[in-house]
Amino acid sequence: MNLDSIYTEIITEYSQSKHNERTIDSPTKSLKGHNPSCGDEINLEIKIKDNIIEDAAFTGVGCAISRASTSIMIDLIKGKRIKDALNLVDTFIGMIKREITNDEDLEILEDAMALKNISNLPARVKCAVLAWHTLKQALE
Amino acid sequence: MKQISVDDIRKDFPVLNQTINGRKLIYLDNAATTQKPNTVIKSIENYYKSFNGNPHRGAHYLSLKSTEIYETGRKKVANFINASSTREVIFTRNATESLNLLAYSYGMNFIEEGDEIVISIMEHHSNLIPWQQVAKSKKAVLKYLYTNEEGIITEEEIKKKITDKTKLVSIAHVSNALGTINPIKFIIDYAHSRDAKVILDAAQSLPHMKVNVKNLDVDFLVFSGHKMLAPLGIGVLYGKENLLEKIPPFLYGGDMIEYVYEDSTTFAELPHKLEAGTQNVAGVLGLTKAIDYLNEIGMDNIEEMESELTSYALEKLDSLSEIELYGFKGISNRGSVISFNVKDVHPHDTASILDAYGVAIRAGHHCAQPLMRYLGINATCRASFYFYNTKEEIDLFIESLKNVRKWLGYES
Ligand SMILES: [Zn+2]
Repeated sequence: MNLDSIYTEIITEYSQSKHNERTIDSPTKSLKGHNPSCGDEINLEIKIKDNIIEDAAFTGVGCAISRASTSIMIDLIKGKRIKDALNLVDTFIGMIKREITNDEDLEILEDAMALKNISNLPARVKCAVLAWHTLKQALE
Repeated sequence: MKQISVDDIRKDFPVLNQTINGRKLIYLDNAATTQKPNTVIKSIENYYKSFNGNPHRGAHYLSLKSTEIYETGRKKVANFINASSTREVIFTRNATESLNLLAYSYGMNFIEEGDEIVISIMEHHSNLIPWQQVAKSKKAVLKYLYTNEEGIITEEEIKKKITDKTKLVSIAHVSNALGTINPIKFIIDYAHSRDAKVILDAAQSLPHMKVNVKNLDVDFLVFSGHKMLAPLGIGVLYGKENLLEKIPPFLYGGDMIEYVYEDSTTFAELPHKLEAGTQNVAGVLGLTKAIDYLNEIGMDNIEEMESELTSYALEKLDSLSEIELYGFKGISNRGSVISFNVKDVHPHDTASILDAYGVAIRAGHHCAQPLMRYLGINATCRASFYFYNTKEEIDLFIESLKNVRKWLGYES
């Protein structure tokens, strides 16, 4: 395994940046997600207005991969319509499962593409998808 | 101490002599499972090549041979833990199954409403959830022994929690998460003075030190073979004969019966009463060879070798400013387990990064969530040693550890 392809600059920067780590006043949805096997725990909060994700943030503890993935996701979905956000979730999970491999199809994920190589590290896949599964649950 | 060459020992363990990710494997996850020596590996192959038969059944050569291997293993285990008789040794799949057997057959039948069951906060989930269930269904009270600031369970705490209402105390000899050796002699004696029975979870102690059930006067003891060089899937329940005599069977089926009528059954005597179905003879043979291997080196020597490794590692870890150590701080009175974290780094990341350097450690809550919550931590990294580890391996582990923060973008 090549650590360079996992702990990239994008991942380490996002994992340390706290810009999405906060609580939201009267969120529309608040949902906990956790990986019991490894101990990642996030609480995702979103504010929806007219079918658009107006604001999103998270609190919790977790590894660099789960934190980076959560923060990247939040940056990506803010301002998007629910339908589009769900499409992003499916694309992201498809990328991690290697069901979507074409770079053009993945482009909509922007920075989240940096997590592509996690699929080479089966022990950490759960960390990468935690926030996305939680978001999907919250929106559905 | 006789002259023991770790280099020679390592030649007996094929797994240890390989490279992972292009680097020499450094296996420091021995509290999860240990590697197996050639004598154990070959005995299993040999069993299936030459002796495979269903024990305690037919009158033919292979069945008799399998029975002999199985019962020789029982004698070997009885001697190893100094049990009074082979009737006190029950084979199971692992310590977890042994504990569940006790919870269902002993707990569900002998614990009554209002009784108290005492366990410690550092129990593995396998010695916690079964008792939670027993307490719930029998309306009994589950009480915890907590550690103090130094990470130990004090005599005051023991005297406070074990009372005349206590029917059962079930406790780990050595904590799998922190390495702490619990004051079990005091606990056993004190529990007996209150008429309570004691179960000792020896999964993390028996592979590393002499455990003598008679000296301890413990009522029940459980352990897993795979944490002491034996194959996966073989474990042991020891119980005092008069207690095992009283408990009803856990599983019903073949091998554990005497006479079966259309509407009733009489059960076999100990130990067979508690062993239903065709048993894991190859596992017992592997365990027999594992005990031979441990005896050959000597449990006293093993304890000394590991204590030297653990103090060496503790000293090195303690000298790194970015490392935080958990649990009991002292060198004495601890098993060969060290729980730690790298500052600002989640244990998952540490474990993945170390893996890339060929170093195998464990990260997580170590099946001890209540303990983690009690200590106010989410998860830890755990390095655990066995007598085949070396100081050079610890040096490489420490060197790899120094790179962890760098991978996560920290300056130093
Ligand atoms: Zn994680």
